[in-house]
Amino acid sequence: MTTQGEGTELVRQHLIDPEICIRCNTCEEMCPIDAITHDGRNYVVKFDVCDWCNDCIAPCPTGAIDNFRTVAKERPFTLQDQYGWDTLPPAGELEVETPAELPEDVARITQVATAGQGGTARPPWSAAHPYVNLHTLARPAIATVAGNYRLTAEDASSDIRHIVLDFGTTAFPVLEGQSIGILPPGTDAAGKPHHLRLYSVASPRNGERPGYNNLSLTVKRVDEDHEGAPVRGVCSNYLCDLGKGEKVQVVGPYGTTFLMPNHPGSSILMVCTGTGSAPMRAMTERRRRRMALREGGELMLFFGARAPGELPYFGPLMRLPKELIDINFAFSRVPDKPKRYVQDLIRERSDAVARLLRDENSYVYICGLKGMERGVDEALRDVCRAHAMDWDALLPALREQGRYHVETY
Amino acid sequence: MSINYSERIPNNVDLASNRTLQRALEHWQPAYLDWWNEMGPEKTQSAEVYLRTAISVEPKGWAHFDYVKMPDYRWGIFLTPRDENRTISFGAHKGEPVWQEVPGEYRSTLRRIIVTQGDTEPASVEQQRHLGLTCPSLYDMRNLFQVNVEEGRHLWAMVYLLHAHFGRDGREEGEALLERRSGDADNPRILTAFNEKTPDWLSFFMFTFITDRDGKFQLAALAESAFDPLSRTCRFMLTEEAHHMFVGESGVARIIQRTCELMAQHKTDDPAKIRALGAIDLPTLQRYLNFHFSVTSDLYGNEISSNAATFYTNGLKGRFDETKIADDHSLQGSEYPVLDVVGDRVVGRHAPALSTLNERLRDDWVADVAAGVARWNRVPEKHGIPFRFTLPHKGFHRRIGLFAEYHVSPQGELMSEADWTHRHGEWLPTAEDRAFVHSLMGRVAEPGKFANWIAPPSVGINKQPVNFEYVRFS
Repeated sequence: MTTQGEGTELVRQHLIDPEICIRCNTCEEMCPIDAITHDGRNYVVKFDVCDWCNDCIAPCPTGAIDNFRTVAKERPFTLQDQYGWDTLPPAGELEVETPAELPEDVARITQVATAGQGGTARPPWSAAHPYVNLHTLARPAIATVAGNYRLTAEDASSDIRHIVLDFGTTAFPVLEGQSIGILPPGTDAAGKPHHLRLYSVASPRNGERPGYNNLSLTVKRVDEDHEGAPVRGVCSNYLCDLGKGEKVQVVGPYGTTFLMPNHPGSSILMVCTGTGSAPMRAMTERRRRRMALREGGELMLFFGARAPGELPYFGPLMRLPKELIDINFAFSRVPDKPKRYVQDLIRERSDAVARLLRDENSYVYICGLKGMERGVDEALRDVCRAHAMDWDALLPALREQGRYHVETY
Repeated sequence: MSINYSERIPNNVDLASNRTLQRALEHWQPAYLDWWNEMGPEKTQSAEVYLRTAISVEPKGWAHFDYVKMPDYRWGIFLTPRDENRTISFGAHKGEPVWQEVPGEYRSTLRRIIVTQGDTEPASVEQQRHLGLTCPSLYDMRNLFQVNVEEGRHLWAMVYLLHAHFGRDGREEGEALLERRSGDADNPRILTAFNEKTPDWLSFFMFTFITDRDGKFQLAALAESAFDPLSRTCRFMLTEEAHHMFVGESGVARIIQRTCELMAQHKTDDPAKIRALGAIDLPTLQRYLNFHFSVTSDLYGNEISSNAATFYTNGLKGRFDETKIADDHSLQGSEYPVLDVVGDRVVGRHAPALSTLNERLRDDWVADVAAGVARWNRVPEKHGIPFRFTLPHKGFHRRIGLFAEYHVSPQGELMSEADWTHRHGEWLPTAEDRAFVHSLMGRVAEPGKFANWIAPPSVGINKQPVNFEYVRFS
């Protein structure tokens, strides 16, 4: 908005894409108030007449009619401007395309991933406005691999990687907690293009490297299925094998609710396992970069893995200042030590967890394998019981307030 | 008024209140379905197609998208809502209220006009029935079928007029419309262009770009008619016709796009090399354009026509955008330029405007085609390729009208028979061209995949992605 100056009223201006329009005159015929006209070259919309009744939208055979740009109210594109166009002017940062629907894959994956939430999710009231579906299956963005680093120890059983994608001059704005879709090249056994795969963004909104148009992903190489049978994950292996400089087709971003609060004093309680740490890293890094602002609020993290060497971002997490984040690691396969899971740690830290659950400025995020859902739910129930709270009453309230977010796979 | 889907024949004309008419149409409907099953798209009748169906004539209602098996498509009768105050806008009856019934003296003429228009609709379905087998993508296949079912609906629209307003004669004409066959030696379709084959997708795109545009101008002229039911029928048909021209214009543009991409990539303009790369070279596209343009031009009839004058004066058929033209709308005493042949030259002369209405409609159509061709030319321009498509002279390759007895080059020079025989292969598709284009026609029917000779569209249908499953096979 700053580009338009203070006090400028911004409005949507209905426009016709001259590149797609075939001049069939249907829109002009349909318009009940004569807001559409044409010359020998283009069909155009009168800014001061069009009242957005949308009568022209469905009958247009090409889709050319369904366009707009955000403009300053007193400085719309004139008819003369529009008559001179071969293409629409580039979309500014204010234009969020609202496509018919998200890709089927995204809707399906999202439904499964958020099932553990137990109801419709809402974003925190202070979440930033997310852009979604800017790049569609038909027109994916092309990103360049800027880096691909192994996060887990060489002798660890899993190969988890930190992959940095650079978008160059292509707009791909993301918020912490959002996902992007990767289109693996090639086709499946049936000759069909592979389905897209969703990955949570692991970097904060202003880039993996602040001020750069890049983001990072946390990708685990899939070589076995949930039951442990060997299987080669198409997309994860594709991503993990990518070298610097290679190109990747990216769609999205997606996600409108698993977003972090932004108001000063807001606290974040994070529970994750494995690559579920990606959105937690993004939120934590966002807060770390803003530490100097002293905005207040706490970060508390419960992070489960088999062993320290299997835990992505173990080293960097250990170096975070204690006053920024309260970290609790649970390792289930360390020799000579009892198995510990995140739910055990939540019970151990019962007082701190209860304090956060009571604080209406705190927000809960759970991300990781499906199997953790039940254990965490039971642990939170126990915490409530021990502190004279009713989990069955609290959970719907948390959801209602946009304070409880689950993404599991 | 919304469309009553509970009736056997969806309509917004209150069919239920006229039992005789309803029964006549219900009798015609099974015959229509038999025709569709016999002559409609080949071997794809069981496929589920993502089609647009009109569910009301209101702007927001008539584009309803869903998967439909073509034989289950709800063909119905939809007229643009009646304007009670509409008056006749041209001819001798100008200013009088429009007619809701056919005046006796114009009965046979109007019937002939409606039958001729109606005959083109099933004809094009017949011409295109094999194309589904060689579609370059599911997206294109869906567009073909959308065009086909809407041509079917346009036949319904015309048959409704025949049944509702022309009694027994009209019913017989309705049956005859299902009996003629495109290209049949014994019982052909009425107009020559509709007996030509549509053997490949390039021809289909050219046909929908150029010949369906003739449909647009004929319908627009009939939408001015004093016979109000015909006017309202044609108005609604025009909204559907727009999609057909979109299919053609964007189809050819995507072929040009693909060819230009390969030309730029391989830095060549050699047609042989382009063909070796599996794309259609630009000169071949120009020859197809010349062919379809000239054949369709014949559909407008003779340049000087007393029939056209009579139709106009009697208020049966107006000019394109009649109500937007600022003149006396009677054309008594005014003139219009036409071409003529004097000696060995093509010259211009003025003729009485009333007798040149065919030519005037043709000129409006030529300007509209030319605008589309100009948009095609943006594609090579963008790729830095100097080639530009041009429309041939109006006298080129004509079989009807003034130029039928002459040979005229695309540049408008009269030619001897010998010259023409020697050179016409430069301007019209040769047997070799057609064989080459035919050789490219293989079926691509996986979502998101496109044949090598055509670029994907820039946007999908109804905002669906390009790799949407536009046709599902059971």
